[in-house]
Amino acid sequence: MPALLELEAEYAKAKKDRSFLDELELLQKTYIGRPTALYFAKRLTEYLGGAKIYLKREDLAHTGAHKINNAIGQALLAKKMGKKRVIAETGAGQHGVATATGAALVGLECEIYMGSIDIKRQALNVFRMKLLGAKVNEVSIGSQTLKDAINESMRDWTTNVRTTHYVLGTVFGPHPFPSMVRDFQAVIGKEAKRQILKAEGRLPDCLIACVGGGSNAMGLFNEFLADNIRMIGVEAGGRGIEGGQHAARFAGGSIGVLQGCKTYLLQDEDGNVLETHSVSAGLDYASVGPQHAFFKDAGRVEYTYAVDDEAMAAFELLSRTEGIIPALESAHAIAEAAKVAPKMSGDKIIIVNLSGRGDKDVQQVAKIKGIEIC
Amino acid sequence: MNRIDRAFKRLRASGGKAFIPYIMAGDPNIETTMERVLMLEECGADIIELGVPFSDPVADGPTIQRAAERAIKAGVSLKRMLSFMTELRKRSQVPIIFMTYYNPVFKYGEENFIEDAAAAGVDGMIIPDLPPEEAGGLIKECHAKGINTIFLVAPTSTAERMKVIAFASRGFIYYVSMTGITGSKLSPEEQFRGHLGRLKELTGRPVAIGFGISNPDDARNMAAFADGVIVGSAIVRKFHEDPGGAREFIKKLREAI
Repeated sequence: MPALLELEAEYAKAKKDRSFLDELELLQKTYIGRPTALYFAKRLTEYLGGAKIYLKREDLAHTGAHKINNAIGQALLAKKMGKKRVIAETGAGQHGVATATGAALVGLECEIYMGSIDIKRQALNVFRMKLLGAKVNEVSIGSQTLKDAINESMRDWTTNVRTTHYVLGTVFGPHPFPSMVRDFQAVIGKEAKRQILKAEGRLPDCLIACVGGGSNAMGLFNEFLADNIRMIGVEAGGRGIEGGQHAARFAGGSIGVLQGCKTYLLQDEDGNVLETHSVSAGLDYASVGPQHAFFKDAGRVEYTYAVDDEAMAAFELLSRTEGIIPALESAHAIAEAAKVAPKMSGDKIIIVNLSGRGDKDVQQVAKIKGIEIC
Repeated sequence: MNRIDRAFKRLRASGGKAFIPYIMAGDPNIETTMERVLMLEECGADIIELGVPFSDPVADGPTIQRAAERAIKAGVSLKRMLSFMTELRKRSQVPIIFMTYYNPVFKYGEENFIEDAAAAGVDGMIIPDLPPEEAGGLIKECHAKGINTIFLVAPTSTAERMKVIAFASRGFIYYVSMTGITGSKLSPEEQFRGHLGRLKELTGRPVAIGFGISNPDDARNMAAFADGVIVGSAIVRKFHEDPGGAREFIKKLREAI
């Protein structure tokens, strides 16, 4: 709790500190490669035969996903707070890579917690983190995925709070994390708004993003909340809701309190957290950011899900129509676009947040398809 | 009078220190838990802390986390523990504290749970992932029903924070011997000797020290400057790995305190 109060105070200061904001902005431009492109996916649009589909290309950000926006912000903040060490949890490995990158950039020690199951399915990212100088700690307890990696990070933070900042990777956990991570990701929506106004002279009709913890969706949606625009968050339907092998918290969960926030949670009748399943490690998580729970209850954002097979089909669809291999997480958003776009007329506009690139998933996809590549 | 308060009153009069062992309820099954609670009492436990398993025990180390996994597999839940308490109260009046996490309580329903817990004979509640700032409702319910709320003070807690925690606590204050999780290694005692002294100046309530006390020597050292000593992971480990040697180990801990 004292650590959270300290973080809240320091972040409130940093938010108003011109030199901090200037440094962040410069790094966004020269290091992350912002603004990322808003790309009109012409062939995908033609193939689906409906609304015009634009892709917000977070996959082109340094390290290949939107996670870097938050990681650089928090790494700068950690440095400013005088911390010597950062830790982070990771599911798909993107946030781990981003944090390791941020730590290398500003000169901090870095340790990453990652579940054993995720370490197996994201071997490439594990090696990337090590190359970046981070230590990767395997979490072999509990469900051995993202949830347990967060538990271990919280344990580490509680133990080493004096020297360490915990770079939480999504709009989750105790305050101030959900607000702070949203702020660092909001650049996605700010750029997208500017870019679509330039390209089309008007705002889009629909925004689509996948929702694990929910940071890329928050990053895109935040700037458009006051506008009359349909927003869809796509959860991981896994092998379907009925069998319980999924990570669709809104479709299959109920309200609970976990890891410092009250939100929708996949839990049993005793309040124990349930095991989840998704083909995508980044969405394979039993809980969801509390702001999304609010948007769900307020009716501001629609939440739906794509099952593994739909995400896999979308993964291939985007690769073939556009030459863009999406992350399996982002493929869930593409799968939803493929359902929604054909029902909309050709003068409508959809922006899909392409939150990450799929290089990290190539091996996993090959394995699922029964193809040996090495 | 609450059984915990009564225990400290008795100890204060006799000049003794409280021995507060922790075990995970339902590890390996609920029948064994009943035997072990009675055995702990017989060996001189003044208060017993019963862990009620939760899938994501963020304040606990691997020893207790694995015990919780075993207990969940054995079907133990908050609900099951209340019927356990009703049974136990027919056989023993040893003060019992539940240590669990907030989500099971939230799922059960705060008000209903506290009412049922009081009726079943629970004396105290430790919910480490519920900070006092968020515990207003629960504290009120507990105090109305005569259940003590016990909060944790960490070595990093400021004087201001210690005041908040002391104000929210009843029965005793749980002083965490280090920053970190249950079952970690002890930090040098002088680091917290002064800090603990400041806490004692702030409150008239008893202070018990826990986290990382793994043997009778640790227990003896800690007992020297607190009103009670909590031993958790070491006992959970002993029961799991060497149940036959547990009674001897617990007796030695008791003697040391």
